[in-house]
Amino acid sequence: MWEMMAPVWREALQEVKDPEIPDLSIVELGMVNRVTEEAGEVQVEITPTFVGCPALDLIAGDVREKLTQVKGVSRVRVSFVMDPPWTSERITPEGREKLKNFGIAPPRSRGEDPMDFVPECPFCGAEGGEVLNLFGPTACRSIFYCRNCHQPFEGMKPI
Amino acid sequence: MNVESADQARQDPEYRKALVELLYQLADDELCLGHRDSEWLGVAPDIEGDVAFSSIAQDEVGHAVFHLERLHELGEPDPDFLAFSRGPTERRNAVLVERPNGDWAQTILRHFLYDVFDDVRAESLLASSYRPLAQGMAKIRREEYYHLLHLKMWVIRLAQGGGEARRRLEQALAEVWPEVGGLFSWGEGEAELLRHGLIQCRSDELMHRWAERVKPIFREAELLWPGLPPQPELQGRSGEHTQDLAELIRTMSEVYSSDPAARW
Repeated sequence: MWEMMAPVWREALQEVKDPEIPDLSIVELGMVNRVTEEAGEVQVEITPTFVGCPALDLIAGDVREKLTQVKGVSRVRVSFVMDPPWTSERITPEGREKLKNFGIAPPRSRGEDPMDFVPECPFCGAEGGEVLNLFGPTACRSIFYCRNCHQPFEGMKPI
Repeated sequence: MNVESADQARQDPEYRKALVELLYQLADDELCLGHRDSEWLGVAPDIEGDVAFSSIAQDEVGHAVFHLERLHELGEPDPDFLAFSRGPTERRNAVLVERPNGDWAQTILRHFLYDVFDDVRAESLLASSYRPLAQGMAKIRREEYYHLLHLKMWVIRLAQGGGEARRRLEQALAEVWPEVGGLFSWGEGEAELLRHGLIQCRSDELMHRWAERVKPIFREAELLWPGLPPQPELQGRSGEHTQDLAELIRTMSEVYSSDPAARW
């Protein structure tokens, strides 16, 4: 987890953004699992949000580019790991706030009732909206409807 | 004994052989059905269904890529080659998932029956001796959860809709049922898979677990349970397939085949 990451890596990786949400970094999304370094060779473990996410190659390229700029780094290797699996609980508080500001509701915890995961509306903050579509514009999002401000809105799936 | 990496698996040729066979089954099921899902892009009955199948297709193909990458680590050709350039007899998917979508009811029913199977299979692989596979299945199950919710909702909606919707769903049930049984086969290497701890339950056990999950939903939908699916005529897990698969591969690989050396 990023708390255990050396500040130099955290700072560089903070500049690697989600290609679809330019404000949000992969650190805030909780995608960086581990960074290790030995004699200028850096190994980065990334945990994908969704296995089939088409942004992964783009993100890996960006990670290499940003870390190569760090002084003393000669080589960067990026690997994708499934253990521990990414879950929506890994998004940091800053990440949740940025998602909301972007108009995407941060995920709620997945409770007992499978359909009870409608998040607060990112526009007006009201609860009690409804699911319009479990699936949305990307694999990680669903579409909801706010009964208070009568707007459809996107939210990240709890997984 | 657990195997933690591809390098370790490659040290035991018998283990590797059984594992490769299993990974092809997983990859080929997901790749075929993911391709069929993508065929609804732009033509589903409503915009929600359209968006859903696009997303589900992306997930399924992504899961296929995960398995193809594991195969590549084990010394098989690269994932693109495996996806696009293998002929039908080299494929290990169940025949059920290579069939064309049919109408909406048939699409929904087949996908629902597959998704329950896929979940039962994934659950049984959580304890697989090949840890990279077990870890991937834990992750993939979290995604498949949403497919299952969606497909179950649609089966019940069609069944309770009455009229033409229900009539078509019942027709679909009669059409797909004879081939459902092919899903549960672990192929000719089942004994080897069990011996190496790659799988934890036999195919008949898998089918019973599946039936216990499907029956309550049939009850809710007031669909008649036809009894356990029969043995299918063609064994997809042994490379026996229909002309439908040859056509699916031709369509799927049309762009790739135009220039296999191109970089995208």
